[in-house]
Amino acid sequence: MKLWRTPFDHNHSAEPLAYVFIDRERCKGCGFCAEYCPCDVLKMGSELSSKGYQLAVVKDGDKCLACGFCELICPEFAVKLTINNKVHSEIKS
Amino acid sequence: MPDHEGNGHSIIAKYLRQDRLPHIWCPACGIGPALNCFLRAIDKSGLDPDKISVISGIGCSGRVAGYVKLDSFHTTHGRAIPFATGLKLANPELKAVVFSGDGDLAAIGGNHLIHAARRNVDMTVICINNFNYGMTGGQVGPTAPYDVRTSTTPYGNFESPFNLPLLLYASGATYIARWTVLHLHQLENTMTEALLKPGFSFVEVISPCPAVYGRMNKEPEGLDSLKSYEKRSIIKNGADPKDVGITQNGPIIVGKFIDVDRPTLHTNLAVVAERAKKQVKNS
Amino acid sequence: MTDNGHLSGEFFINGDVACAEGAISAGCRFFAGYPITPATEIAERMSRRLPVVGGTYIQMEDEIASMNAILGASWAGVKSMTSTSGPGFSLMMENIGLGVMLETPCVVVDIQRAGPSTGLPTLVGQQDVMQARWGSHGSYEIIALSPDSPQHMFDLTVKAFNLSEKYRVPVLIMSDEVVGHMSEKVVIPEISAADLIYRKMPQIGSGPYHPYKADESLVPPMAIAGQGYRFHVTGLTHDESGYPAMTAAAQDRLITRLVDKIKTHADDIILYDEYMTDDAEIVVCAYGITSRIARYAVKLARQQGIKAGFLQLITLWPFAERRVRELASRVKTFIVPEINRGQIVYEVERCSCGKARSLSVPHSGGDVHKPETILAAIKECHA
Ligand SMILES: Cc1ncc(C[n+]2csc(CCOP(=O)(O)OP(=O)(O)O)c2C)c(N)n1
Ligand code: SF4
Ligand SMILES: [Mg+2]
Repeated sequence: MKLWRTPFDHNHSAEPLAYVFIDRERCKGCGFCAEYCPCDVLKMGSELSSKGYQLAVVKDGDKCLACGFCELICPEFAVKLTINNKVHSEIKS
Repeated sequence: MPDHEGNGHSIIAKYLRQDRLPHIWCPACGIGPALNCFLRAIDKSGLDPDKISVISGIGCSGRVAGYVKLDSFHTTHGRAIPFATGLKLANPELKAVVFSGDGDLAAIGGNHLIHAARRNVDMTVICINNFNYGMTGGQVGPTAPYDVRTSTTPYGNFESPFNLPLLLYASGATYIARWTVLHLHQLENTMTEALLKPGFSFVEVISPCPAVYGRMNKEPEGLDSLKSYEKRSIIKNGADPKDVGITQNGPIIVGKFIDVDRPTLHTNLAVVAERAKKQVKNS
Repeated sequence: MTDNGHLSGEFFINGDVACAEGAISAGCRFFAGYPITPATEIAERMSRRLPVVGGTYIQMEDEIASMNAILGASWAGVKSMTSTSGPGFSLMMENIGLGVMLETPCVVVDIQRAGPSTGLPTLVGQQDVMQARWGSHGSYEIIALSPDSPQHMFDLTVKAFNLSEKYRVPVLIMSDEVVGHMSEKVVIPEISAADLIYRKMPQIGSGPYHPYKADESLVPPMAIAGQGYRFHVTGLTHDESGYPAMTAAAQDRLITRLVDKIKTHADDIILYDEYMTDDAEIVVCAYGITSRIARYAVKLARQQGIKAGFLQLITLWPFAERRVRELASRVKTFIVPEINRGQIVYEVERCSCGKARSLSVPHSGGDVHKPETILAAIKECHA
């Protein structure tokens, strides 16, 4: 992410709100997550899985807003979102 | 370090039989996302998972029973609802959820569907509507819109479909909602509400079946169907069920249509049981 | 009436009502059915009695629903029953198979009338006995009992529940219109817990629960919904874990056990009655209402000096194969009167292995045999 000025809390929030993990064994390349991620975090890569499916990949993890839509829409239960609780609690306080 | 507590996938792990993955559904099938919402709804509902039974009929959608880490029954084609009715009546402490397909619930099981709604038996029915018989290779089903192509309507469907919310409304269901598998947050909330609603609740999930229905109807990829839903969906909570019929290319009205209260079968049965005991005592 | 709502004492009631009372005494607390002559009185009696004893009666939208509802109720841990007649029995077939596959205790009563199709709704038949054995698709074994009187209806209904709980299988009561509608004295005993069998449950803390893992009895313990086991059961071919297993090997393992769990316990299950068979040269073999007439015909034959005997099949399925074989080795002829055009006679013939002759005395239904008809058949064989 390119910033026009450095925010005061930059050192903390540079960590993304959540980490997206794609299970390469489960992904079957449907493209749902890449198409419907509201923040363009994910895209379809060029690499094929061991079963021959085109894998989804994390393109820009920093942009993740932890909405969880990718996790929900994945037909294969292949996307796992790990919320960064540290950052979340800092945002709250 | 990231903290795993409270994350979506730990909820999934709690209610999904992960040892059964990968599941049998085709790539880009909509049943997976619907199941995902359902698992979260269970968690959100706060119901005791040990007291929830999932009952399915036969079909791709009917295989859901095999993937939920709950007491689960994979019954025969069309018969999940009467099975669930018996289960629930015999032990009212249980929460009965029927998860199945449009063909299973509205064709071969159509009579059970309307009668369960009429009785207002305490049960949630989740219907994956993919407009065809997925499991048997894409034949025409009771919700297939007029003129669509299926493996048994090669020249176009010459029948008219059921409008499921209208059918259920006429039958007496007290909670009726419809979402597509693009409306997942709404679907999750709706499922949670339906699970907690006393009486008969019905959730229709419009879902892509790219492998057979999509292939024959210019939506060969699951994404094609989702994009079509995106274009065609109109959210109208409280819409009159008679206005929500689905055509081949027309709008798909989604939302919560009906949420009313009416005495359930169980409350009525309890009244009668009391009366019976009194009458016998006095005689 | 006792505190728990059970009747006991002497009553003058018909077979249908006796069946309903047998169910209540056996601990049945769920009934789902659909009205049909001549079985309706069972449903009516249950609708009156169940609410009083803390049970649930429901009239479903058809017999398919009724059958499934009793399976569901059984998985909720409640003894359950449905009753019907020919057309409804046909509708139940697919899901009787589900009951066999899920190994679900339950009782199905068929008050047989004359068919096919709507046939003679108010008149007797015994035409569904082969359907009872083979009516659902696939290979399986099932238990079917055949009562001959209202008292028998009571007794065999209690027995049916016990067998179904013990062997985890639907048990069929193959009665008929005459037995269902005849009124006679019925003695209802005080039933104590010791008279009743309940399904084996899994032992808590005995490791992970596998719904279809059986011990040497071949009958697996049965968990019920809501106990926290979170089990899965399916009508698909499955392994011990309950999950689908789509191979010929899994199919063979499962079906062999389902068949063997009945076959290896045949001696415990099979009931029959005999009259003057010790020195008999001709044995009349009958069941249900026909056995009463057959017994009388044998008595008449004896009076005329003919060495006739009588074998009453109380358990129709599994078939009393061993006993028929034994008799076949020393009698000349079996005579099988039944109110159909010949069904059980083929079983008798099969088990006689050519050692004794089998003669059918068929009847198309609507009425029972006349004793003279059976007597004439005996005399014909004697000549
Ligand atoms: C009595 C009976 N008839 C037919 C079938 C074959 N069959 C299996 S699934 C199915 C259709 C399922 O369609 P639907 O309920 O819409 O589920 P989907 O596969 O589309 O999710 C049929 C006809 C069957 N199993 N049992
Ligand atoms: S056939 Fe259709 S409904 Fe069935 S799994 Fe494949 S995509 Fe899903
Ligand atoms: Mg379908």
